[in-house]
Amino acid sequence: MSETVESVSALIIQKLLANPKVPRDIDGNCKIMEDLAFDSLAVMNFVMEVEDTLDVSVPLDKLADIRTINDLAKCIVDLKNKG
Amino acid sequence: MTSLFSKFEGTASALGALVEAGGRNPFAVVIEKPISSTVGLIEGRETLLFGTNNYLGLSQSERAIKAAQDAVSKYGVGTTGSRIANGTQSLHRQLEQRIASYFGRRDAMVFSTGYQANLGMISTLVGKDDYLILDADSHASIYDGSRLSPAQVIRFRHNDADDLHKRLKRLDGTPGAKLIVVEGIYSMTGNVAPIAEMAAVKRETGAYLLVDEAHSFGVMGKKGLGVAEEAGVEADVDFVVGTFSKSLGTVGGYCVSDHPELEMVRLNCRPYMFTASLPPEVIAATMAALEDLADHPELRTQLKENAARLHAGFHRIGLNASRQVSPVIAVTLETLEQAIPMWNRLLDLGVYVNLSLPPATPDHRPLLRCSVMATHTAAQIDQAIEIFRQAGLEAGALKETVA
Repeated sequence: MSETVESVSALIIQKLLANPKVPRDIDGNCKIMEDLAFDSLAVMNFVMEVEDTLDVSVPLDKLADIRTINDLAKCIVDLKNKG
Repeated sequence: MTSLFSKFEGTASALGALVEAGGRNPFAVVIEKPISSTVGLIEGRETLLFGTNNYLGLSQSERAIKAAQDAVSKYGVGTTGSRIANGTQSLHRQLEQRIASYFGRRDAMVFSTGYQANLGMISTLVGKDDYLILDADSHASIYDGSRLSPAQVIRFRHNDADDLHKRLKRLDGTPGAKLIVVEGIYSMTGNVAPIAEMAAVKRETGAYLLVDEAHSFGVMGKKGLGVAEEAGVEADVDFVVGTFSKSLGTVGGYCVSDHPELEMVRLNCRPYMFTASLPPEVIAATMAALEDLADHPELRTQLKENAARLHAGFHRIGLNASRQVSPVIAVTLETLEQAIPMWNRLLDLGVYVNLSLPPATPDHRPLLRCSVMATHTAAQIDQAIEIFRQAGLEAGALKETVA
């Protein structure tokens, strides 16, 4: 697989920006819950969209350790490399 | 120094705004006394109960009341022990045998609440290398069970068997067992699981299937066994979890299964082992309610008619009510500014329903959640529809032109 943390992070940001409520100036270091004001349900639903684009499943227990967009990107790249 | 309680500030201000907007705390409604299964005394007024999950009205069953009274006289009021220590009396085993036999299953485990039944079964069945595959709209008890388990947890889109299939396919080749968890009727929305499609995915992928029939037991299927019986796929269900606190009118939870290993689950299941067992009067009342359920299939027919009547009435007056007819009928509103005054006005006018607010609702919109009973009369249902119309107009949730 050719995805890198940078490319996945860019894809996540692109998906987030499709939501008009998300601030325009986000980057990979933004904290998903604090900076984007996502509640736990919104985070789970958003991750589901990313999962479908990248054909990967992120187990919920992994989400507990994810704070930033880059954390999520790294987790997804690790899962894809493992698979 | 950081206050221990600062984490509650958000809840406190949200609650403050709720009370300010409507005059009441919707989470502190007191039913002073039930007058019957369908009418309760709230704020000193006789109020129609349309939010109690008491689908067959059996909380007021004469047979169950008498059984509880007899059991109290004979056994006392409590067991003071856990199921694996001093908390199993002959009544507990009798109830397990009866519930297993009613489902036509090998054995049953009885828990002290339905919440604990999900918590216990889900956290115990799956181990470190296993996968739990949950419907995205699962009840809190299922999510909490998944957090207590060491397994990897994957969500699939609500009631979407294709999405379930896709996510299971992604796990092809991974070691570990896969357990699919779905509900029969979803408690917030009344959505019914497409269980035949889910069962087909289970068969194809070799996963196990657990169905929580909490809101569908006593309600669907010829014997009232739930959605799996109604769809004819009981043989595909490895574990049925349920509760006594809906259609049977008491309290407690259970799991029935044909897997002989259920006996070992008893000795590994913390929410079963480390809590006190149900008191004798509850067990006796539950067994009596189970007899009521078996002896009175007409209650289910009446419940279906009543649910259809309320459902049709809501659609007739223009409310955005659940698509499917089930005893849980949710009215979706667009904003809190409509939902809060409407819920308060309903109670003023004599109808109690549940106010469900995001994020406990699936799509971030508030719900007025109604549950229908077999014991509601047609007149009570019509009165509730009329009161919904009036409250809906006053709250701006309905337009005057719709009559």
